[in-house]
Amino acid sequence: MIHIPDFAHATTVQVIFCFLAFITVITAFLTIFSRNPIHSAIYLVICFFSIAGHYLLLNAQFLAIVHIIVYSGAIMILFLFTIMLMNLNEQREVHRPRITRLGAIVSFCLICVVLIAIFINSKPIVGEYDSTGEDFQSIQVLGKILLNEYMVPFEFASILLLVAMIGSVLLSKKEKLNK
Amino acid sequence: MVDGTFIIEKSVVIIVVFAITMIMAMYSTWAERKVAAYLQDRVGPNRAGWGGLLQPLADGMKLFSKEEFFPNTPNKFLFVVGPAIAMSTALMTSAVIPWGDKLHIFGRDVYLQATDINIGILYIFGVLSVGVYGIMIGGWASNNKFSLMGAIRAASQMVSYEVAMGLSIIALLMMTGTLSLKVISEQQSEWHWNVLYQPLSFLIFLICSFAETNRTPFDLAECENELIGGYHTEYSSMKMGFYLFAEYASMFISATIISVLFFGGYNYPGMSWMVENAGVNPANLLGIAVLFVKICFFIFFYMWVRWTIPRFRYDQLMNLGWKILIPLSIINIMITGIVILRHDIAVYLGF
Repeated sequence: MIHIPDFAHATTVQVIFCFLAFITVITAFLTIFSRNPIHSAIYLVICFFSIAGHYLLLNAQFLAIVHIIVYSGAIMILFLFTIMLMNLNEQREVHRPRITRLGAIVSFCLICVVLIAIFINSKPIVGEYDSTGEDFQSIQVLGKILLNEYMVPFEFASILLLVAMIGSVLLSKKEKLNK
Repeated sequence: MVDGTFIIEKSVVIIVVFAITMIMAMYSTWAERKVAAYLQDRVGPNRAGWGGLLQPLADGMKLFSKEEFFPNTPNKFLFVVGPAIAMSTALMTSAVIPWGDKLHIFGRDVYLQATDINIGILYIFGVLSVGVYGIMIGGWASNNKFSLMGAIRAASQMVSYEVAMGLSIIALLMMTGTLSLKVISEQQSEWHWNVLYQPLSFLIFLICSFAETNRTPFDLAECENELIGGYHTEYSSMKMGFYLFAEYASMFISATIISVLFFGGYNYPGMSWMVENAGVNPANLLGIAVLFVKICFFIFFYMWVRWTIPRFRYDQLMNLGWKILIPLSIINIMITGIVILRHDIAVYLGF
């Protein structure tokens, strides 16, 4: 079970974690609730940064920096691009039919049930951690493991990305031809 | 390991690096005018102080005392955040740069680097990619078409050149086998500068740094005749100053990164001889001086190019980035891989 220590006895890491978690949750909610789409995107960027902070707390430097480069540095910038160029009106409330809202509520409740069930039934790690003596935050070790032990999944993931890339290029080309 | 003196030592290093970055950025503005004047056969600033040396201070005074103008924008907060992000990201990059090997002061070795993380180069790329937000948010919050166009131009240019930049660095990393800038500097001792082994990678990296810093042949973000002033059209007073200052700071930083990655950083021929014969401190002080000579040369190079080469057209810029530089760097990666594995390949082919 998760231990929540009282504030006076919290270690530095716990204090930082609480702070980061607070930012993460708040900005995630603000992403959904803010009216202006650009503000939503910026809140999402802040959210990503705080998640990178969580990775740093877990001693995963590489993951943290790659998260920043990929999500904040590339994906969210392209998002902002599109939103800025689409010139969305901030006051315009999109009309959603009642059935969609109902569906959204039902699926949200189902996801909540699943998540709560997972949290209740999840057990803490049984036994001790294996100490291999290897520094898993160094990218040298990470690279060796990725390209030796997990070679096949790694290649599959890259093929998946390649296919997605080709697909998106194809989609944008098709649109041009139809015009 | 983390004791009081360690914290003091690192704080001193950080503050000194910060001060030097600011001073270098300040005097880059002066140097830019002087170089421009020299190249155009003019005199340049010569009223404030000897040779115009106090000109940056006068400029700063002028910017501070100007009227603070806010455009009619619903996002006053983001309007202020834009230059702040630009400035802070320009200053953050210097954290992982090794300015020298070490100095021996008060009986302890002081490493002249704020922090040596084993993802040094990735950290720089991360900060660079965040720097785009400063321009984009500022341009958008100005609530002005021209600002938005400038911001989008700048951002798309930076994003597309980041790809080529990253790919060009991969060839270098395959050779060095590490991302830590400290180790990369140490590997380039004496004459083993990376530029001699990876000239193509250096060329691509250099071109991309011009694009990343929004300097001239690639300064489409702020071309006066099309976009008025680009993303900082609506800015005035010190907020404008922050954008300009960030540009010069990032120019200094990218000159530093080029010198560290490709031109041996603080290494100079005969450094180990100096360490043996003249002691650690003089040898390393000379190393810092050598690093700054290299940096100043590259800053001069930036200015030289600015007043020599005219601006690209926008489609030419994108073609250069996506159709020439990226394939070139991929070919470079392949060649590097073949050269690294040449013995294995020879064995495989039966030689």
